[in-house]
Amino acid sequence: MNGTDTKQAIVVPDRLRSPLARAVTSWEFLLLFVGIFIFFLNTQASPYFLDPWNLSDATFNFTEKAMIAFAMALVIISGEIDLSVASIIALVSTCMGFLVQLGVDTPGLVAAAIVVGAACGAFNGFLVAVLGLPSIVVTIGTLSLFRGIAYIVLGDKAYSGYPDSFAFFGQGYVWWVITFEMVLFAVIALMFYLLLHRTSFGRSTIAIGNNPTAALFAGIRVSRVKFILFVLTGVMSAIAAVCLTSRLGSTRPSIAVGWELEIVTMVVLGGVNILGGSGTIPGVVIAAIVMGMVTFGLGLLNVPGIVMSVFIGLLLIGVIALPIVIKRARHRVAN
Amino acid sequence: MSSFRLSRDVILGFALVALVGVVSMRFPAFASVKSLSSVFNDTSILIILALGQMAVILTRCIDLSMASNLALVGMCTAMLNAIMPALPIPLLVIIAMILGALLGCVNGLLVWKLDIPPIVVTLGTLTIFRGIIFLISDGQWVNAHEMSPTFKALPRSSFLGLPVLSWFAVVSIAGMFVLLTRTPQGRALYAVGGHPNAAVYTGINVGRTRFNAFVLSGALAGIAGYLWVSRYAVAYVDIAAGFELDVVAACVIGGISIAGGIGTVAGAVLGALFLGVIKNALPVVDISPFWQQAISGSAIIIAVIFNARSERRAGRIILKQAEQV
Repeated sequence: MNGTDTKQAIVVPDRLRSPLARAVTSWEFLLLFVGIFIFFLNTQASPYFLDPWNLSDATFNFTEKAMIAFAMALVIISGEIDLSVASIIALVSTCMGFLVQLGVDTPGLVAAAIVVGAACGAFNGFLVAVLGLPSIVVTIGTLSLFRGIAYIVLGDKAYSGYPDSFAFFGQGYVWWVITFEMVLFAVIALMFYLLLHRTSFGRSTIAIGNNPTAALFAGIRVSRVKFILFVLTGVMSAIAAVCLTSRLGSTRPSIAVGWELEIVTMVVLGGVNILGGSGTIPGVVIAAIVMGMVTFGLGLLNVPGIVMSVFIGLLLIGVIALPIVIKRARHRVAN
Repeated sequence: MSSFRLSRDVILGFALVALVGVVSMRFPAFASVKSLSSVFNDTSILIILALGQMAVILTRCIDLSMASNLALVGMCTAMLNAIMPALPIPLLVIIAMILGALLGCVNGLLVWKLDIPPIVVTLGTLTIFRGIIFLISDGQWVNAHEMSPTFKALPRSSFLGLPVLSWFAVVSIAGMFVLLTRTPQGRALYAVGGHPNAAVYTGINVGRTRFNAFVLSGALAGIAGYLWVSRYAVAYVDIAAGFELDVVAACVIGGISIAGGIGTVAGAVLGALFLGVIKNALPVVDISPFWQQAISGSAIIIAVIFNARSERRAGRIILKQAEQV
């Protein structure tokens, strides 16, 4: 559907452009440039910005969301979407809170979180991959359902009283200003980089996003790959839930409400095609950092959260509209 | 096809009657005309929004910004009323409709002219509209005492035995029914969603039709904005937050296919009423309102499974489809 009308004038070049030229004109490079620019603006906006502890605090703005964004990137590349991630966080966090009341200790809590997250993801995956239902409606439904269960359990109350050792995930420092979450973020980013760009599973994901029927005929188990991707997203949501719950120290049913939006924005900003079929993990990493910088910088300037969301919304539409406008303009010049 | 579609609406109708029946077995008063008409009145805004959403979904798009549109227009009308209490209310309703339509235009233009996927556009405008409310209101509330008495009275005042709020819903239902079944534009909405390429060959401008659908849903959201604010007599940043999901849920439960091209006005109305009955029945049967979200979530999932079963194409098989592993 996209750009089919502009495809008739394709000129096949006799050689590929050099790797350097491709890297410099890539989306990731542009994004990096924007990131550096925003970083510079932030240093001008507040004299406290460059303080290492301040920068360390700034990372909390994006690490948890980015963990989910990596898995979401793969889901979107495969041509689906998962809007229930924030609700999975709520449900997982509620389960952990419930277990704390029964006296379960940290290892049990983390294990339970991952099991519940995987189960939620498997439920989505079953409906989408096995029954073949449209993921956008299914995950809007499970968005209501998962958070709804959290509301049934908690109502207007909150769980707290997490064990001291549990606090490490969201509040612990590994070394100097390096938080545990930063390390986890880096490790997960690397794992997803390898998964998407260095394994046949990653290739399959991209192939499915480009053309599910062709992928099926090429011998890819389309349903199975999609199912695994949804389970993976559930597990990553659970890990993010552990970090977030540990950082906040309490669970309310409204925890992480609206995150699905920011996570999708992060993924799209990272250059992943919302229609599926293309995208890179480095792009998502840079997009996560850029979004974290923007919200943190605006926070330093005392801009209220809701106004920041206007920026996020404009960013989302802007980054998608801009390449299309440029492409159109170039096309017009070429004719 | 049409008899089949009718039967699905009939099934949903029966489900609705059964739901009311179950509740009224324990509480007979629930099934009284007075009680049911108050449920309809309570669901009016959801019905109006679901009709707009339906027009958009028919064209294979989705409008997630409806609730934010409603809230922004609601805030605008409330502020306008607070500043100029003399402004006649019918004029204010028209202003609300135009404002809403303009916001719908923004969505429509981005989808039509830039080919951006509707879900991305409306996710973006969802947050942007909501943020604009904060910017224009400075986070302040417009409270009941700042609104003129006529502003608050209109949805409550009675006309031919029904509150005006219900009449807005009735007129929307009638208008939408005529549009979808008796006009070329209505046919175009179905055609664009059913098969966009075929629609192009029949001379339908696909982008333009989608644009029109977004403007329509925006206009209805605008009217709903006035109704919401005047009914609850308060306007603030977070009114109707998350309501867009209820609207989509009403459409999905009503059998409107998210893949476009399938759906009836009766379905959308019944879907909205289904949610409305659940919402109103929960306190009657003494279940905590905290259950509502999980119940509507389950209803969406069950409805989408049910829809998918009945939507399975019965067309001619030219190439044997590959078995899904």
